[in-house]
Amino acid sequence: MAKPKFLVVGGGLAGLMTVIKLAEEGHHVDVFSVVPVKRSHSVCAQGGINGAVNTKGEGDSPDIHFYDTVKGGDFLAHQAFCKDMCYKAPAVIYLMDRMGVTFNRTPEGLLDFRRFGGTLYNRTAFAGATTGQQLLYALDEQVRRYEAAGLVKKYENLEYLGMVKDEQGQCRGIVTVNLDSLEIQSFRGDAVVLATGGPGLVFGRSTNSMINTGSAASSAYQQGVKYANGEFVQIHPTAIPGYDKLRLMSESARGEGGRIWVPKKKGDERELRQIPEEDRWYFLEEKYPRFGNLVPRDIAAQEIYDVCVNKGMGIGGGHMVCLDLTHIPREELNRKLGGIMEIYEKFVGDDPRDIPMKIFPAVHYSMGGLWVDYEKTPDGLLDPQSPRNHMTNIPGLYAVGEVDYQYHGANRLGANSLLSCLTGGLVCGPAMAEYAAGMNGSAEDSSSRLFEEEEKKWQERFEALKDMKGDENPFKLHQELGEMMIRNCTIVRNNKDLQETVDALDDFTARWKNCDSLDAGKARNQSVLFINHLWNMIELAKVVAKGALMRDECRGSHLKPDFKLEQPKDQESPEYQEYLKTWHEQNDKWLKTTIAEWSEKGPQISYEPVDTSLIEPVPRRYD
Amino acid sequence: MAKKVEVRIKRQKDNQAEPYWEEFHVDYQPNMNVITLLQEIQRNPVTVQGEKTTPVAWDCSCLEEICGACTMVINGQVQQSCSALVDNLEQPIVLEPMRKFPIVRDLLVDRTRMFEALKKVKAWIPIDGTYDLGAGPKQSQTNQQEMYLYSRCMTCGCCVDACPQYTPDNSFVGPAALGQVFLFNQNPTGKFNKEERLAAIMGDGGIQECGNAQNCVRVCPKEIPLTTGIAKLNGATLSQALKNLLKK
Repeated sequence: MAKPKFLVVGGGLAGLMTVIKLAEEGHHVDVFSVVPVKRSHSVCAQGGINGAVNTKGEGDSPDIHFYDTVKGGDFLAHQAFCKDMCYKAPAVIYLMDRMGVTFNRTPEGLLDFRRFGGTLYNRTAFAGATTGQQLLYALDEQVRRYEAAGLVKKYENLEYLGMVKDEQGQCRGIVTVNLDSLEIQSFRGDAVVLATGGPGLVFGRSTNSMINTGSAASSAYQQGVKYANGEFVQIHPTAIPGYDKLRLMSESARGEGGRIWVPKKKGDERELRQIPEEDRWYFLEEKYPRFGNLVPRDIAAQEIYDVCVNKGMGIGGGHMVCLDLTHIPREELNRKLGGIMEIYEKFVGDDPRDIPMKIFPAVHYSMGGLWVDYEKTPDGLLDPQSPRNHMTNIPGLYAVGEVDYQYHGANRLGANSLLSCLTGGLVCGPAMAEYAAGMNGSAEDSSSRLFEEEEKKWQERFEALKDMKGDENPFKLHQELGEMMIRNCTIVRNNKDLQETVDALDDFTARWKNCDSLDAGKARNQSVLFINHLWNMIELAKVVAKGALMRDECRGSHLKPDFKLEQPKDQESPEYQEYLKTWHEQNDKWLKTTIAEWSEKGPQISYEPVDTSLIEPVPRRYD
Repeated sequence: MAKKVEVRIKRQKDNQAEPYWEEFHVDYQPNMNVITLLQEIQRNPVTVQGEKTTPVAWDCSCLEEICGACTMVINGQVQQSCSALVDNLEQPIVLEPMRKFPIVRDLLVDRTRMFEALKKVKAWIPIDGTYDLGAGPKQSQTNQQEMYLYSRCMTCGCCVDACPQYTPDNSFVGPAALGQVFLFNQNPTGKFNKEERLAAIMGDGGIQECGNAQNCVRVCPKEIPLTTGIAKLNGATLSQALKNLLKK
């Protein structure tokens, strides 16, 4: 048999870690990316990466990390995946250190760790406030080393359009479009992985990079891959609003002691620095004495929303609260949070070392994504021999990184995403190799007809896109889509607005057909490429909206006040027993994975059980 | 009537075509950046003369000045367009592509040469494997802080755009790649392969091409002390050359 061929689509942390695992075993890998991989969205991760190394002697352990993660995700995460991730975390951090990541150090020269949300332990390793960038660069360098050795070939201007399936429904390769020339080209691969990141652009403006359209995931979904938990979209509590994007202000700001507050007096017009301590309302610290400003993101975002929107207590009556670091010494801020200090200074113009930052929540991360399979050992870890780990329901097609769905449940803990990308890659690479070794006949033997047909289909599609001469400007249409999605599908959801969104999305499909391509050229025709993305974004928006509409409960990031159970404070009271009974009924009904399958008429929704064999679900508390 | 921002953009249909200029007026919004200008032009691609045109092609991704993609020449100054705020720029705002790279279209250039340079200088740490091999070497806070300065290089290309010694037709690896050599030669494990990297910058296109104009350090958006690193590398290559001579 010929040597197997591997295709990795996406060059962020998850994709590159998968590449390294394959190349390390001597396999040849082709990498496809819409940007030089060094510019992938992983660079935007700021605060750090979790691993229970217990450097501070607090008694932290992978088991506690595992519990915090599962509880943080409101028990919707798949526990075998989570346990595997948390157990691998310390070794992964050491590995990245060995690759040369410039992690901050303790005085003794060991790795330093800081606090993050949803835990009471110092568990987050960090490189200033640009940890994602530093981790990505380390992998980029290792991959370049394999590239120089001839094992890896990078195509950094080819965009994934779709997969090529054979008669048995196995994935045998992919079709790409050349960003510079619009040329369509197919590639054969025995195992293919999508490591294409999240779909933040479905919401117009978010903390995501402009490349995060979710287009590849959406295309896979339209070709029959199940999309899981699409309605679970993380809203990060702290971002700087902007016209072009909403810039993240890392959770590490609070991990290092940053405090959230608003003036106690509604519409207080004094300059923020002039407002004395006793006139400030530290609403998170007050309501959650144990976790304080470091409650998980779903809760922090919901509380900030409540203070600004429901109570009208935002700064100057607007939709902003203070994120205050001014009590921390400048030198410490520079050393530990320099990267975000710079961002705030450059984009807002104020120095956050002197003036409290003004922030508001923003769409940040998709817990949901392409459905993937796994096999577990009796200990509840992933079976390292199984080719099924991280494989979608299409044989030979894998998904890893933010584009997958299983690690973070209904709400991701901060600093767990860099981790799940890396440990996901450690699992996914070997699984792909295992699959390729055991398959019948290689992709090389598949009929050329399959590839020619798919290429032809996409060539025709792009010709048609270029010829579009309607009245809709695709960029404006996208702006409108984003505004609607932010309005109806983010922090607070209700069924009336969700139903309206589901209906409106069909209009968006109709309006999309009336787009103007704006550009008939071949060289870097960004308009035509964008129109293709926009179609895919609308299809994914339908998954988010429909899933949210059908899920009548509150879980993690999915808050529907009409179905909210108020938790009595006193756990000994009869009211609490009553609450617990209802909670169990609700939980039995809704603790399940949402599965969306594509159809002409819109997403078909069904549900699957969640593996909770290791940690029993309970009502979450952080007070 | 809303305040307008005047923008002049140097455009080019493809790699072979002749450049031309177009002017646009875009509605002003407080705190807007150059990216917002270009996005507004996408939403309404009409020149100041009222002629319909194609949206302007440009490169961008993170919009937080951390990916390096959106670099261009703005009012003569090479920089990222995301962190270029309109309020700080004189009008008309003049946008041009970077000057040292092949143009793909409009403001979008091909910076492959910079990544090839990283390959040439072996900018990586040859680790034994990704298996669980325990903790890495201890490092002092001082060393970490110094290395962190250099590890933030985004390969954006500002330094090479500003460098008089880096030309479209020579083979100079440029300040960014030299900075990376300095970084990896400082790393406790990276040091083991120091000589290999020094050898890579001692030949054609290497460190001797540097004319010490110091433009690189002035334009680096991450304030990487490139000239300090290059000066130290100069010393290291000299003593390496001497060593090589004695070995013969």
